[in-house]
Amino acid sequence: MPLRKGIVFTAMEIRLCCCHERGMDDIILRLSGLTKTYPGGLTAMNNVDLTIRRGEIFALLGPNGAGKTTLIGAVCGLVTPTSGTIEVFGDNIRNNWRSARARIGLVPQELSTDMFEPVHRAVSYSRGLFGLAPDKARIEEVLRSLSLWDKRDEQIRALSGGMKRRVLIAKAMAHEPDLLFLDEPTAGVDVELRKDMWRLIGEMRERGTTIILTTHYIEEAEEMADRVGVIRKGKVLMVDDKNAMMQRLGTTEAVITLAVPLAQLPLALKDFPVTLENGGSKLCYRGGDGSGKGRAEVAGLTKALVRADIDYVGIEIRESSLEDIFVGLVENDAGEAA
Amino acid sequence: MMGFNFRSMRAIYQRELYRALRTAFQSILAPVLTTSLYFIVFGAAIGGRMPDLGGVDYGAFIVPGLLLLTLLSESTSNASFGIYMPRFTGTIYELLSAPIGVAETLVGFVGAAATKSLILAAIILATATLFVDYSIAHPVLAVFYIMLVAASFSLFGFILGIWADSFEKLGIIPQLILLPLTFLGGTFYSIDMLPDPWRAAALFNPIVYLVSGLRWTFYGSADVPIEISFGLTLGFLAICVAIITFIFRTGWRLRA
Repeated sequence: MPLRKGIVFTAMEIRLCCCHERGMDDIILRLSGLTKTYPGGLTAMNNVDLTIRRGEIFALLGPNGAGKTTLIGAVCGLVTPTSGTIEVFGDNIRNNWRSARARIGLVPQELSTDMFEPVHRAVSYSRGLFGLAPDKARIEEVLRSLSLWDKRDEQIRALSGGMKRRVLIAKAMAHEPDLLFLDEPTAGVDVELRKDMWRLIGEMRERGTTIILTTHYIEEAEEMADRVGVIRKGKVLMVDDKNAMMQRLGTTEAVITLAVPLAQLPLALKDFPVTLENGGSKLCYRGGDGSGKGRAEVAGLTKALVRADIDYVGIEIRESSLEDIFVGLVENDAGEAA
Repeated sequence: MMGFNFRSMRAIYQRELYRALRTAFQSILAPVLTTSLYFIVFGAAIGGRMPDLGGVDYGAFIVPGLLLLTLLSESTSNASFGIYMPRFTGTIYELLSAPIGVAETLVGFVGAAATKSLILAAIILATATLFVDYSIAHPVLAVFYIMLVAASFSLFGFILGIWADSFEKLGIIPQLILLPLTFLGGTFYSIDMLPDPWRAAALFNPIVYLVSGLRWTFYGSADVPIEISFGLTLGFLAICVAIITFIFRTGWRLRA
């Protein structure tokens, strides 16, 4: 990446430049064969292998009880793994747990705070707890970035659910972590606040923080994540670049309503992945991928219809979303398991 | 990173003291008021009709026992609540994910609980002067012993706070075991006053040695030798430290 001469570089430029030099293989977290079996016999994580790259936003998707929170807990010190290794910042976490934890932040799923504590005191406490000297300017910066500055003297119990979640994020940001876990960061918050959170997470990434988030809102992963991992029953089913995943597993679905129903598919359409439905009145196309191939094929299909003198009165076209892919993956795995 | 995270320890310590100030009535005023009532009833009202014990006026005789009663109950409850509440509310996640070990956690939580007990002890001793005349024969040893007891029972409370999985359990041991043992441990009397089988039985009550030790630092004489009292208290402290170290190493009741 060419850098401007004679001027001060922005933090973003420096980060991108460093990423470029190190390459995208710069691993910040590596889980190898990580397994957690609880005393009751439940295996919440089963031989999980996962790598997280420096500076990325990684979304971990999975249904309830998939093992997402257990995975986060294992890295953050809340859960003792049964077997496997956790390598973070290039070293086994068993060897460098103090320095590693000082660089990791966690925003839990539950709204767990001392409800009687004022906001600024709670956030300052978190900074001290993680071994950093008091820094009023930094606390103010964090609170302002989360629109909490005006609420700094209020007890946390007086805040709305969304603001309480912001306090949790402020507490996790107070010690300036390099690796931040967000466990369902937008659960229970309204649409406006959720979009606000997305903006905030984007800003954190721009400052160089690596972010791992779990979410039930697939739209959230689609909006923000660089890479996506799908986990079910403690097993990682797939990890891929979000765009590559959508390209590989995405499909296009088009429904063409015909002016006159057809008894059978004409020869002119034999090369298209189409079927006749609804008594021959609807021509359904299912094909393509996430790269736009499907839309091009649908365009070709409409031209073929015109050439074959088959009239139509409507077209509905829909690209599959990450949610469709996620549901498909999870359902396939459930079917195989059965 | 260094092996002891001083800033983390200070953060926990200051927060725990802040929590005590936030609940000043419950933390400070209530125990002082309760102890003052004991002094009024047993020291000033009834004490005037009681004979001297070992040459010490009865009102003055009960000062170490009442002080110990407060020290034991407050150290235990402060420390147990201090660690139980984060477990109950879920905020324990922050402690467990922080770069802190058993030493910082203990000094932070137990140090704050012991500090609160020492502040209470100072207030109670000052309040006692309003009701009874007393003196302290070995003031340095008395301060040391009070600190030792406060630290030991704060450690004990910390263990209770980790063991308990309900508010009911949190109160069982202080109220059903510690309090009766303290009352039967010579707080208001010398065990020499008991008839023989009960006197021998009283020596199985560990609180007897604590009350006796503190009373010795005040008046130079006690039911059991001071060396035994100090030795047992130090032993109790060591056992508590060992249990807490085990808890942190294994993650018992803390980590899933």
